[in-house]
Amino acid sequence: MSGRIKNVAEMRPGEVAIVSGFTDEQLSVKLMEMGCLPGTVVRFNFTAPFGDPICISISGYELSLRLEEASTISIIN
Amino acid sequence: MVSSKKLKIALVGNPNSGKSSLFNYLTGLNQKIGNFPGVTVEKKSGFCLLPENTPAEIIDLPGTYSIYPRSLDEEIVAEVLLDHNSATTPDKVVVTVDATNVKRGFLLLSQIIDMGLPTILALNMMDLAAKAGINYDLNAMSKKLGIPVVPINARNGVGLDALKKELSKTQAASEHPINPVLKELQNPIKELRGKLGIDNDYEAYQFLEQPKTLKFLGKEKQKVVDNIRDKYEYFPGKFQGAETIQRYSYIQNLLNDVTLKTSDHSWKKNSARLDSILLHKVWGYVIFFSILFLIFQSIFAWAQVPMDFIDTAFAKLSSYLISALPSGPFSSLLAEGIVPGIGGILIFIPQIAILFAFISILEESGYMARVVFMMDKVMRKFGLNGKSVVPLMSGVACAIPAIMAARTIDNWKERTITILVTPLMSCSARLPVFTILIALIVPNQKALGFFNLQGLALMGLYLLGFLAAMGSAAVIKLLIRVKERSYLIMELPTYRIPKWSNVGYTIVEKTKAFVFEAGKIILAISVILWVLASYGPGDALEKAEAKVLEESKNLRLTEEGLANRIAAYKLEHSYAGIIGKGIEPIIRPLGYDWKIGIALITSFAAREVFVGTIATIYSIGTVSDSDTATIQERLRTEINPETGGPRFTPAVGFSLLVFYTFAMQCMSTLAIVYRETKGWKWPLIQLTYMTALAYFSALLVYQLLS
Repeated sequence: MSGRIKNVAEMRPGEVAIVSGFTDEQLSVKLMEMGCLPGTVVRFNFTAPFGDPICISISGYELSLRLEEASTISIIN
Repeated sequence: MVSSKKLKIALVGNPNSGKSSLFNYLTGLNQKIGNFPGVTVEKKSGFCLLPENTPAEIIDLPGTYSIYPRSLDEEIVAEVLLDHNSATTPDKVVVTVDATNVKRGFLLLSQIIDMGLPTILALNMMDLAAKAGINYDLNAMSKKLGIPVVPINARNGVGLDALKKELSKTQAASEHPINPVLKELQNPIKELRGKLGIDNDYEAYQFLEQPKTLKFLGKEKQKVVDNIRDKYEYFPGKFQGAETIQRYSYIQNLLNDVTLKTSDHSWKKNSARLDSILLHKVWGYVIFFSILFLIFQSIFAWAQVPMDFIDTAFAKLSSYLISALPSGPFSSLLAEGIVPGIGGILIFIPQIAILFAFISILEESGYMARVVFMMDKVMRKFGLNGKSVVPLMSGVACAIPAIMAARTIDNWKERTITILVTPLMSCSARLPVFTILIALIVPNQKALGFFNLQGLALMGLYLLGFLAAMGSAAVIKLLIRVKERSYLIMELPTYRIPKWSNVGYTIVEKTKAFVFEAGKIILAISVILWVLASYGPGDALEKAEAKVLEESKNLRLTEEGLANRIAAYKLEHSYAGIIGKGIEPIIRPLGYDWKIGIALITSFAAREVFVGTIATIYSIGTVSDSDTATIQERLRTEINPETGGPRFTPAVGFSLLVFYTFAMQCMSTLAIVYRETKGWKWPLIQLTYMTALAYFSALLVYQLLS
């Protein structure tokens, strides 16, 4: 276990984790609006054919976002 | 009839919450598209008769996730709902929420309730929720929210009578805000409410929070808002994050209380299985490009028959009018100017209908979002956004709605590039030009057994337009230097079978918009053209017959040959002929003569006018009882006097095809770009670069082929 905080972009397909926070304030507002809130369960579904963007399940629906956006969402798992 | 004033009802909801199904169900074909006063956003509204003969105007607002706008389109939602004292203030707001995805939908709902307008929740897709095993205590939900809750299924109309009944009742706004504004904000809000007389706290708070100036406020009131922002060191969006967290925690508590049964997500299995095929590394793209191929082939195959029918019918009508009406300037205006002009508009309907049927099916089914998902990484390399795919694809129908569709792109640079390159996508107005020229120069044969050569040539032109669009985007990307965050963050909706009536409404809406908006310009230009081609300076035209008779008295012409000569003489000496000759030196290197020059000039109004123009040019004087030749036949028999061979050789044909693929030959597109970019800078840049690209490419093609 390293001390570094993991983020959504580092998850593997099928993996489940809990959102713990954000590293980008500007994006966090938009992500939270879409139901991506600290404390919610996030599931990494699959990536687009070229590896980016990705699709996650959050708050009961499927959300797509780019890897660089996903990397601003910190997780605990 | 009813005397009371119309009830104004605004429809609000998340994208994919079934809002447009509900709108279509409530209003049927009584829909119209207008504009909100002062803003450029389209206003889609319709009429609905509620119980007890209450007439209502239903206003369909753009889909949004919250009252904080992320794109230009969404700004209108705040504008309409925050302006409580104007003619456009809604009497009631219906919020549609997808019952299978309540949590996110309730964020918007809770904000709308707090804005202080009477609100009704239409809980949609109850059938899917039941299938997913979700169950809510709707009475408790209604009590907790403080508003009526009506379960509906907008796909088959279940629950809509109950909704209409609820709408016709008098209803006051909820008095208890769901989420009271933060304590530290109470002073600025109190001050603002005092100064501007605002109804409630959240409304006042939104005056401070909205990122851009609210247009309905006017300068003076906006100044009051700005002063209070300065005084309290407040900036727009400052408390948005905190507010969102608070609201979601309220929503979670509420849902814990009213949810009887939650879903286990197994109902989405089919959708996930579909994704594994449709988003596959190989099959995903194979399927996407096959769909595109199918669309082009269908337009070509299915539209041809009705188009030929319209073409022939109007040619017949025109010649019938000539023989039936007494001859005179009015009769010939009607028969040679107006009737062919109307025919030139109606001939597009089959293509537009087929194209929008496909686009609407792709959107309804949820596949369009997957296209964005698959294309985002590629598009980003060209300075575009995955969302640019929708405007670019719609550009295949018409650049005007396509450029308006670019509003969904929140990033300024990506949006500007999308707008600049979208007109390079071959729109349906180019199709008649392409179709006629291809039919002239490409043989109607099969290659490799089943590919129609003409179809392949057409697809090649579409591909050329697309490549030019991407290439230009890559260049413009380097030229525009702005640092702005670009992001995607988009819902991938669950796949659904398209609702066919929604597809039908889209077809009707787009066709109507084309016929009545673009059609006006096309008809006006057709008539102006006819005048330009039928009248000339001085008395040259009146003397035409005598002059031609004199010149050719030794030639022993047949009656028909003589009439053609007179017509040609008249055209050459008309205003149109003079203009065409004026630009001939410029276009001669491209292989064009002054007749084509006339068509180039007039088709700047709209590309399809090219066909109308050459039709008018070659029909003047030649339409008679026995002669109902179609435009194509007339072009084929046109002779180049210099070579004695056909005018439309492959070199000229391909040069023209390339010119029309690249040229910004459309006034309406320039007008819409002006409107969308709020200035003449971008439309002028666009006009210049596209015209240069068209001219030099056509020059190259002609010189290489001839």
